[in-house]
Order: sequence, then structure tokens, then C-alpha cells
Amino acid sequence: MHQSSAIQASAVPARAPFDAGFGVYVHWPFCASKCPYCDFNSHVRRSPVDEARYVAAFRTELAHRAAIAPDRTVTSIFFGGGTPSLMQGATVGAILDAIAALWPVAPDAEITLEANPTSVEAGRFRDYRAAGVNRVSLGVQALNDPDLKRLGRLHSAEEALAAVRVAGDIFERYSFDLIYARPQQTAGAWRAELEQAISHAVEHLSLYQLTIEPGTWFDRLYRAGKLTTPDEDLARALWDVTQEVCDRHGMPAYEVSNHARPGAESRHNLVYWRYGEYAGVGPGAHGRLVGADGRLAMATELAPEKWLEQVERQGHGLTGAERLTPEAQGDEYLVMGLRLAEGIVPARYAALAGRPLAASRIRDLTELGLLRAEGERLAITPAGFPVLNAVISQLAA
Amino acid sequence: MATHPFDNIRNFSIVAHIDHGKSTLADRLIQETGTVAARDMGEQMLDSMDIEKERGITIKAQTVRLEYRAQDGRDYILNLMDTPGHVDFAYEVSRSLAACEGSILVVDASQGVEAQTLANVYQALDANHEIVPVLNKIDLPAAEPERVKEQIEDVIGIDASEAIPVSAKTGLGIPDVLEAIVKRLPPPKGDETAPLKAMLVDSWYDSYLGVVVLVRIIDGVLKKGMTIRMMGSGANYGVDKVGVFRPKMTDVAQLGPGEVGFFTGSIKEVADTRVGDTITEERRLTAEALPGFKPAQPVVFCGLFPVDAADFENLRAAMGKLRLNDASFSYEMETSAALGFGFRCGFLGLLHLEIIQERLEREFNLDLISTAPSVVYKLNMADGTQIELHNPADMPDVMKISSIEEPWIRATIMTPDDYLGAIIKLCQDRRGEQVDLNYVGKRAMVVYDLPLNEVVFDFYDRLKSVSKGYASFDYAISGYRQGDLVKMSLLVNAEPVDALAMLVHRTRAEMRGRAMCEKLRELIPQHLFQIPIQAAIGGKIIARETIRALRKDVTAKCYGGDASRKRKLLDKQKEGKKRMRQFGKVEIPQEAFIAALKMDE
Ligand SMILES: Nc1nc2c(ncn2[C@@H]2O[C@H](COP(=O)(O)OP(=O)(O)OP(=O)(O)O)[C@@H](O)[C@H]2O)c(=O)[nH]1
Ligand SMILES: C[S@@+](CC[C@H](N)C(=O)[O-])C[C@H]1O[C@@H](n2cnc3c(N)ncnc32)[C@H](O)[C@@H]1O
Ligand code: SF4
Ligand SMILES: [Mg+2]
Repeated sequence: MHQSSAIQASAVPARAPFDAGFGVYVHWPFCASKCPYCDFNSHVRRSPVDEARYVAAFRTELAHRAAIAPDRTVTSIFFGGGTPSLMQGATVGAILDAIAALWPVAPDAEITLEANPTSVEAGRFRDYRAAGVNRVSLGVQALNDPDLKRLGRLHSAEEALAAVRVAGDIFERYSFDLIYARPQQTAGAWRAELEQAISHAVEHLSLYQLTIEPGTWFDRLYRAGKLTTPDEDLARALWDVTQEVCDRHGMPAYEVSNHARPGAESRHNLVYWRYGEYAGVGPGAHGRLVGADGRLAMATELAPEKWLEQVERQGHGLTGAERLTPEAQGDEYLVMGLRLAEGIVPARYAALAGRPLAASRIRDLTELGLLRAEGERLAITPAGFPVLNAVISQLAA
Repeated sequence: MATHPFDNIRNFSIVAHIDHGKSTLADRLIQETGTVAARDMGEQMLDSMDIEKERGITIKAQTVRLEYRAQDGRDYILNLMDTPGHVDFAYEVSRSLAACEGSILVVDASQGVEAQTLANVYQALDANHEIVPVLNKIDLPAAEPERVKEQIEDVIGIDASEAIPVSAKTGLGIPDVLEAIVKRLPPPKGDETAPLKAMLVDSWYDSYLGVVVLVRIIDGVLKKGMTIRMMGSGANYGVDKVGVFRPKMTDVAQLGPGEVGFFTGSIKEVADTRVGDTITEERRLTAEALPGFKPAQPVVFCGLFPVDAADFENLRAAMGKLRLNDASFSYEMETSAALGFGFRCGFLGLLHLEIIQERLEREFNLDLISTAPSVVYKLNMADGTQIELHNPADMPDVMKISSIEEPWIRATIMTPDDYLGAIIKLCQDRRGEQVDLNYVGKRAMVVYDLPLNEVVFDFYDRLKSVSKGYASFDYAISGYRQGDLVKMSLLVNAEPVDALAMLVHRTRAEMRGRAMCEKLRELIPQHLFQIPIQAAIGGKIIARETIRALRKDVTAKCYGGDASRKRKLLDKQKEGKKRMRQFGKVEIPQEAFIAALKMDE
């Protein structure tokens, strides 16, 4: 499949509430170096990776998923990592071909690749475009060099912005990521940085508060008292600044950490948050597929070489495919769906969980101004967003 | 035939301060004597309850029979009793001591003599035990065996010249301990032809065997098929099974004088065994009963309620079974406006309370909520009657009360001179009245009268911390005295929480109220709204704190791979919520009801 025709950044299709689309996630588990904050399934390899062998394994896994979930039309594909921008263009093309051989791919399918904004990687953007990728998501992370260095990044701010410009020239759509609430960052400094960033953003931005993930290098520093994170008040102030600046520039949060002009949302990620179906292939990829006997939660082997061997031996890399209980499905729908500004459909919750949400809890949270009911939907309010975890745990209890 | 020694038997307890290595030493003795095959050895083998393994402490005294061929070429039977170190379980220690002739005193050579070293060794001396001091943990670089030897002589006043240096961890010195047990501890004495006389040391409920009774035989023999009589209750029972612990239950043909073992039989009821009772043969009664043990005195009371009201009968049954396992706690039914039907229970101390609650929840699969611990007050009513108040929530209208009396204790505290000042201040702060102060060698002995309600919550903890663990503490109830006591209520989000109500002395009310509000502010998690916490006497607010509303907790990243992770987190939160009690719109963690009372002055 070599789609080279321009695809319009069309508005999110108004789907029936129960049909969130069908996405395919491809995990590329390698990086040039490991960032100290990162707990993604990423590995650094000294010798070159045998990409052809991986392509074959991806093909095998994709076929395995297609057997479980045939008769779907792919509405989005996402190459995530790790660092997919380390892949050869031909590798990306071969994987896209494999997908198209198994399922029909919608003509307006969104095909995103996560890229690190170094000059080397920007040099491959044309190949990706030729292979069919129509959207990139760049890990810019910060716009000042000292912070980039502390985050362990291999690129400078200037190099990252250059990569953003290349992306803008080549792809119909692009987005980039920033990490805020960095050690010692003030609300004022973040406001200035965000204003600058937004001037380089066309339609989409992901803005993540730094999370200290267990097992990372930052976690060790944190526990040794050598790294401080903002207290609750500063974290809230940084959140408020983020919303204020983005709202003013017409890029409100459609998800907790994701901002877009209306219609420019990441359709692939919407599949997750709308609790749709997705196939995940590659080391450490997750999937949710509705098979003959219910919704399955699937996960694969994390270690790349072990995954490879298992796929070659067994025809798939799965370490588990758990059939989700109604309660588990209801819970997953809540934790994913309430992250969206559009919220959830309580009737769908009831259908998944086999019981409705407690009216008294909805009422209490609505009275506190944290939830609002709108037609058939129930959504978090701007006041509720920053305390979403507590709201969900109240609602689910 | 008259009483004579049974030369091949030695019965001994292992006593020490908490964590000095009693249970680990027991492991080594079990291993060295080949009682358990090396591949079946675990750690702290005798700590058999989950809760003991997790907390790394011994709660129940345990016994095991070892067979040992000594250097003199003879075979010996050694009955070992491992005992708990924590002061709340001193009662367990006293029973074990009564069943033995000697004690191994374990002292951690890197720490030296500590509070419960003293308390336990004095108990052993009171029981006329021969004592073998053992200096443990000499593998540690910080071990100072010579200094600790001196300390044992100075502070305890026993000869430590032959104290045995060991490492229970590496096994160093263990053969010397076994030889010392044989050579230095006396054998038991008894008369096997006399009528059966045995001491009921402990008893518990086993789901397969029913009631299991641990006995120490004084005279005569105990055999399967006999009919025995409990002298205290006068009831008779058939004996089905007689055995010993090695450490698994192993049947034997009979138990003779000096031996320690168990029997099971037709005993059905919780109430049928009384620890300390004398067991004899129905057909041939012994002339004289043993003195028995003085009953354990519960000093802390609190209400225990099932979270789910439907569990009340299960809770009642569980209490019955646990009580058989632990004679030192008591319970009676009570009802609370907020918490429904439950039981008011008496405990030896706060750790004891915590552990009983945890065992009820775990072993009987119950979810419980506990109220603030309290003592028993006597209310003299205006109409001339007197009522006992076990639960502050039941306090009648103050207009109907003419006076309130509270229990007092006489406390004896021994401490190195250095900490005397801090200890006196602690006692004064707790409304104490000094009765006596003098010196025993380098140690000061101070006697105080104290109101029990100032002691139950956290006095041990405070004493331990101001004396770095070196003070030892003993007390007895001395009677009731009138006091200027008032009921203090705690309001959370403007609603009174009856389980947190307490009686306090008027002069202490404001300080306590402030401390409780501060504690609750830390213990109650942030909610989605602001929560005022107030302490009040009558309608008057005497202290106030506010828990701020939660401001930021949302997880930044959540993609396809995070659905499972987030769901599992939610499951955990749901579990956590089960341990919370809903008061109005506020969820209070169950631990808060007890923790709120511990003050860090
Ligand atoms: N280094 C060292 N550690 C030891 C030795 N003996 C025991 N320990 C450690 O000390 C801790 C307490 O040991 P226990 O045997 O549980 O102590 P205990 O006296 O039975 O404690 P309680 O029953 O709670 O009073 C454990 O972590 C043991 O591993 C020793 O000889 N050397
Ligand atoms: C799969 S990751 C990274 C993709 C790509 N390899 C990169 O680093 O640019 C997607 C995004 O998650 C964000 N992220 C990763 N770890 C994070 C953390 N600990 N806290 C907050 N955001 C994080 C970063 O912004 C990152 O770009
Ligand atoms: S942040 Fe991106 S580049 Fe850095 S280790 Fe993680 S996946 Fe790799
Ligand atoms: Mg122990």
C-alpha cells in the first residue's frame, strides 16, 4: 500500500457512539539512547537491527490478529515506540503493505509515525511519506537546550524546530510533544515556552506533565532526594497556564494532555479513548479485540529478541489474552473515556458493565461542578479535569 | 514412688527483648538437632501464623521437642518454648515460663540490654528459673559482647561470665548452647506413679482436630483413652490423641512427668478450657490443684463492628474461636448509633488490639471497623445510681451525672539515670503523681500513680522513645478516683463521629482536641471538596483543622497500553475504599480511628 495522495485533515467523523473505529498499533522497540524519565518499552542495541526479520515477524503477528478480528476496516495506523523514526522507509512500507493485505484500509485512514526530531531522522521523512505515512508526531519535549540535556535528549531545540519545519513541508499533518513540570520549572517560564511552541504548531500538540515512573533513572534520583517535582499547587498552576494559553490559541484540550484545533484530533488515539477496537503488534504492544467470546485484553512479550523468537516459533508474540469481565470493561471505558472532553455515554457503560453508573454518585460529582451531563453524554468539566483520577475512582466505586 | 528428677529431659523457654533473635535461635536449635531435615527448614519456623511471618514478630508462644545426643553420649529430650518479645504479649511469656525449669536469655550483642530484656528476665527469675545468657548476633560488626556481658551483670545482676557468644544467623556457637542446656539447666522433677497432674498451658482451635490442648505433665502419665478432668470447671473429657510438636504434630503413646505435649479429645466448647487449669484423671484425682495463672487483665477497650452488618453472626463465631487461641482478650456485645451491632472488646494493649483485629479479618475473612480505644468509667448519677461506661458514645446527658470516676494505675518504671528527667516530664504531663523515687545500682526506679486513660493510647511508645528503649514499665490497677472529665466529640465535615468520641480531663481537652484534629487531617485523604475537622465539648468548638480539596491528580499519559494498568489501579482503589468508612460524604480510613489517638508530643 503506497498511499501518496494528500489526505485532508478532515473533521473527526461523527461516528455512532458505539463505533469508535479500528486501529492498528505497531511497536518499534529501539532507541538511540534511553531517556532518564522514560518507562516505555524501549531498548538500545549496539549492533544494527535486522529489520527484514522484524518485518516478517510483524507480518506473522498481523495475520494472527486478523484471524481473531477479520471483517474490520482499518481507520488508523500508528507506529509508536521506542523510536520508529529509526526504521528504514522500506520497513515502514512493507508493514503497511502487510496490513493492507489483511484488512481493507479506509481511504482517509490516518497513518502516524512517532519520530525523534534529530536531523538524521528528519532526513528519512520523505521516505516515510512515500511509504504512506501521512502524519508525524515529534518528541520535541522542551525548547531550551539545558532542559533537553537534563531530559537526556540527543537533539538541540534548534534541531528539533528544524525537524518540525521539515515535517510541515512533507506531511499533511504533524504534531509534537512537550514535557512540562520539569524540575525547577516555574509557571512563568512554562508560559513563555508554551507561547513559543504554539507558534510552531499547526493543529495538534501533546503536553505532558512530567511523571516520575517507577524503575526509571529519574525515579532513582527522586527517591534519593536529588530531583524535585512541583508540589500540588505548582502542578495545578502549570496545568492552569497550559489550558489558558491553549484555549486562547484555539487549541483546547480534547483529552487530558492532548490539544487540537477542532477536527484535528489524533484519530488513532481517539480509538483508545473511545474504547474502540485495536490490534497491537510488536514487542510490548497491547490490543483490545472483540472476538467470538467477548472482548480480549492482549499483551505481548516485552523483550524484542524473545518476542521475535516466540513469533517465529508460535505464530504470535502474545503473553496473554484475557477475556474481560463486564465490570472490567465498564472500568476501562470509564478510565479511558472520561479523559476526553466529549466524555462518555452512560448507556454504553451500562451495556458494557451490565449495570448502570450510580445515579447518586453522578449527582454528587455534578453538584461539586466536576461532571456535567449533556444530552446522552456525561463529561468531565474544566474544573474536574485536573482531578480526574479522584473523580473516576468516586464514580467507579 | 516419690518425686524424682527425669534426668534426660530439659524444658526451657527462650526469652529476650523484641527482635533480639529468639525465633532465629530456635531455628538453629531445630536444625542442629536434626529435628527438621535441612531441605525443609524455613526462616523463623515457629512463627507459623501469616501475620507473624509478615511482621517478623512472635505473637504466640510456640513449643517444639528436640532430641539431642550430648557430648556425654546420652540422649536427651529438650522441650523448647519460643516466646514473644513485645510487652503486650507478656502474658504468653509468663505461661511458657511456668511450664519450664530454665530459660535461655538472648541479648543482641550489638544492642545490649533493653526494656523487655529486663521485664522478661525478671519474670523468669520469679519463676525460679536457671538462666543461661546467650549473646547473639556476634557476626555483626557492631557487636560488643564484652560490654554487653558487663551490662547484664550490672543491670540485671546475674552472672554473665559464662554467657555464650553465638550467631543465630550463621550457626556459630549453637553446639555450645545445646551443651549448656543439658549441663546447666535442671531436669524436671515428678512422680510417674502418682495421679495425673498436668498444667493447661495453652489451647487453640484447629479446624481438623477441634480443640487442641498444650500441657505440661507434673506427675503421672497422660494416655490416649483416659478420661481426664479439668479441676477448675469440674468437667470430664475423653482423650483421643496424645502427641508432641517436632514442630509438626506427632502422636506419641503417652506423656510422662516433665514432658510437654498436646492432647485432643471430646472437648467441644470454647469456654471449656481455661489456661492455667489443672488437668487430672477422673478415676484417680490429684490431691491438690496447681496455683494457676492470674488472669490477664484487659486494659484497652474498643468496639469492633462488621463493615457489612450481615457479618455480625460470623464475627461472633470468629471471636469465640479466636478467644480459645488467646485467652487474654475479652468481648461482649454492643450497639452503636453509627456502626450498628458489634462487640466491645478488651485487650492487653494497642499492638494486641491491632493484631486481633487483623487476625479476625484475615483468618475469618471479615471486614471490621474499630472505635477509639477507651477505659471503663464509673458514672455517679444524680439519682444516686452508678453506671459503668465502656463506650464514650453512650455517655448520658451531663445534667443527669453528678460525678465521674476513672481508673488509676500504679506504675513502676526502671530507667538508666540519663532518661529520668524526660520520663518524669512524661508522667507529669499525663497527670501523674509521683509516689516514690530511688536507685537500684545505676538505675533509677520511679513509681507514679497515673490515670489509665492517659496511658492506654501511646504511653509505651512515648516511654520507649524518650528512653531509647531502656526503660522498663510495669503497672497494676490501683482503683477508681473522681476526676473532672468531659466528653469530647469530633466532627468531620460538621457531622459528629461517635466512634471518635472520648472522655478527657478538662485540663487536657484542648491539647488533645488539637492533636486529634491535626492527626485526622493527616489521616483522612484529600477529597474532591474541603473538609473541616473540629473538636467540641458540648456545643463549643475547641479545635479546628481543614483538609484542603484535592487540586491535581490526573495521570498525564494514557494510551492503548495503559488501559490494563489503569483498570488494575482502579481495582486497588476499590479495595482501599472497602477499608474506609463513610461518614456523611467523607470517607475515613479505618486505621484513623486508632491512629488518631497516638500523639507525637
Ligand atoms: N546478623 C544477625 N541477624 C540476626 C541474628 N539472629 C537473628 N537475626 C535477625 O534479627 C531479626 C529478628 O530475629 P527474630 O528471630 O525474629 O527475633 P525475635 O526475638 O524472635 O523477635 P520477636 O519474636 O518479635 O520478639 C531477624 O531479621 C533475624 O534475621 C544473628 O545472629 N545475626
Ligand atoms: C512513546 S513516547 C516517545 C516517542 C519518541 N521516542 C520520543 O522520545 O520522541 C511519547 C511521549 O511520551 C512523553 N513521555 C514519555 N515519558 C514521559 C514521562 N515520564 N512523563 C511525561 N511524559 C512522558 C514524551 O513527551 C514522549 O514524546
Ligand atoms: S522518550 Fe522516546 S527516545 Fe527516549 S527512551 Fe523513551 S521512547 Fe526512546
Ligand atoms: Mg520471635
